[in-house]
Amino acid sequence: MAYSEKARGLFAADIQAIKDKGIYKEKRFICSPQNAEIEVEYPEGAPKKKVLNFCANNYLGLSNHPEVVKAAHEGLDERGFGMSSVRFICGTQDIHRELQDKVSEFLGMEDTLLFPSCMDANSGVFESILGPEDVILADRLIHASLIDGIKLCSAQYDTFKHMNMKHLKKKLELHQDKRHILVVTDGVFSMDGDLAPLDEMCNLCDQYGAMILVDESHASGFIGKTGRGTHEFFNCIDQVDLITTTFGKGLGGASGGCVSGKKELIELCRQNARPYLFSNSMAPPIVNASIKVMDMVTKDTELRDRLEWNAAYFRKGVEEAGLCIRPGNTPIVPVMLYNAKLANDMSRDMYAEGIYVIGFFFPVVPSGAARIRVQLSAAHTKEHIDKAVAAFKKIGEKYGILGLDKKGIIDKYGM
Amino acid sequence: MADEMKDMILEYVVEEYVDEDDDIEMDFDTPLISSGIVDSFSMVSLKVFLEKKCHVSLPDKEATPEAFDTVNKICELVRRFQA
Repeated sequence: MAYSEKARGLFAADIQAIKDKGIYKEKRFICSPQNAEIEVEYPEGAPKKKVLNFCANNYLGLSNHPEVVKAAHEGLDERGFGMSSVRFICGTQDIHRELQDKVSEFLGMEDTLLFPSCMDANSGVFESILGPEDVILADRLIHASLIDGIKLCSAQYDTFKHMNMKHLKKKLELHQDKRHILVVTDGVFSMDGDLAPLDEMCNLCDQYGAMILVDESHASGFIGKTGRGTHEFFNCIDQVDLITTTFGKGLGGASGGCVSGKKELIELCRQNARPYLFSNSMAPPIVNASIKVMDMVTKDTELRDRLEWNAAYFRKGVEEAGLCIRPGNTPIVPVMLYNAKLANDMSRDMYAEGIYVIGFFFPVVPSGAARIRVQLSAAHTKEHIDKAVAAFKKIGEKYGILGLDKKGIIDKYGM
Repeated sequence: MADEMKDMILEYVVEEYVDEDDDIEMDFDTPLISSGIVDSFSMVSLKVFLEKKCHVSLPDKEATPEAFDTVNKICELVRRFQA
């Protein structure tokens, strides 16, 4: 048998090393549909517990929305379960084209190409359009999938300090000898919930002849006054060349992603992107449900307006309770604790209070920046948010951090 | 000469990786990668800088996070390939 006892022991030691570092990811089972209120089995084998979910990317509350579920059923009935093919062989239905067109219109882009996930879109986009004579300039806190895509590509790359336009300008000047320059950023950064200053970035790109790609996974559907995204928020829709985004967060929550942008770049992705060429098409029920989602977010702003209200109401509540949060205006609200053990202990106590939130610490966030990341949803009611704020107040009081700023918390608990 | 190189690298690291409002005291033995001051993705700028300024080619397999973890270690690596 090739899988020897020696091999088993070595792999087990690798797992133990992950546990020893304190970064082992435990199993958590949700025994209900995804929603604001869920039933969780945690730890494994424990009785199911009803909790309020404040850690899902279910920004618009569409993961279990009746209209979206109905559309998925219709997709299943009318177009079947799966495609058993990649897109370019026999895996493209008329509904794939319809979804692409609706996304292009919604985002204000020329063309769109669907991928099995945004991770796949980010893996494939760079290698499809750039070569060794080009350079990618990336914000240092971009999503891991963009980093993987950049590393898979033969283009040179460099980085700039997080949202530091002076540093970006310096890098743009440094790389003027390259054929193409592509600046890469998240629209909304998932850990801090901060918005990239796209208007300034686009102006710099125009000034230095660079293109710009924005990952809008944590923005599509709800950032900007009609939910188009960060480029709408900063009024620079026409200056953005490429957007990658997902149907796995605000736009439905199932799976699937896309690259949207200038038609030649999308065509090159269609010809060259390996995750597009070698992975199955999005399944018909998900495509049909995603079409319904695009119709819903295009038709009116009710859900994104409710989400905006919920996020502002939660921010006000926890700030008044005396917790330390990162300022911002997105539904991602980091409650800053700075100390990893404190973040872990508090998230465990919040769960006991019926609030499902997760502590994040190094290496997921920079060292000394541990926090509990709270994510609001349009599916949350005012009562849900009141309960979460009350729990934060109770647990914050237990640990004696209410009213303390960064220095106060670090003095008490260390980094 | 060696100290000049260390000073040059330290100056670059501070300018390239430390924000103006970061409260970090840096010296030649300050951990860069393991402390999170420099992440492995952003390390590329430092490698390009070293190759250009020190007239050396650092193979990718040698330019590891461990070898780049302090200014002193970086100097050792550069000197090995300059020799």
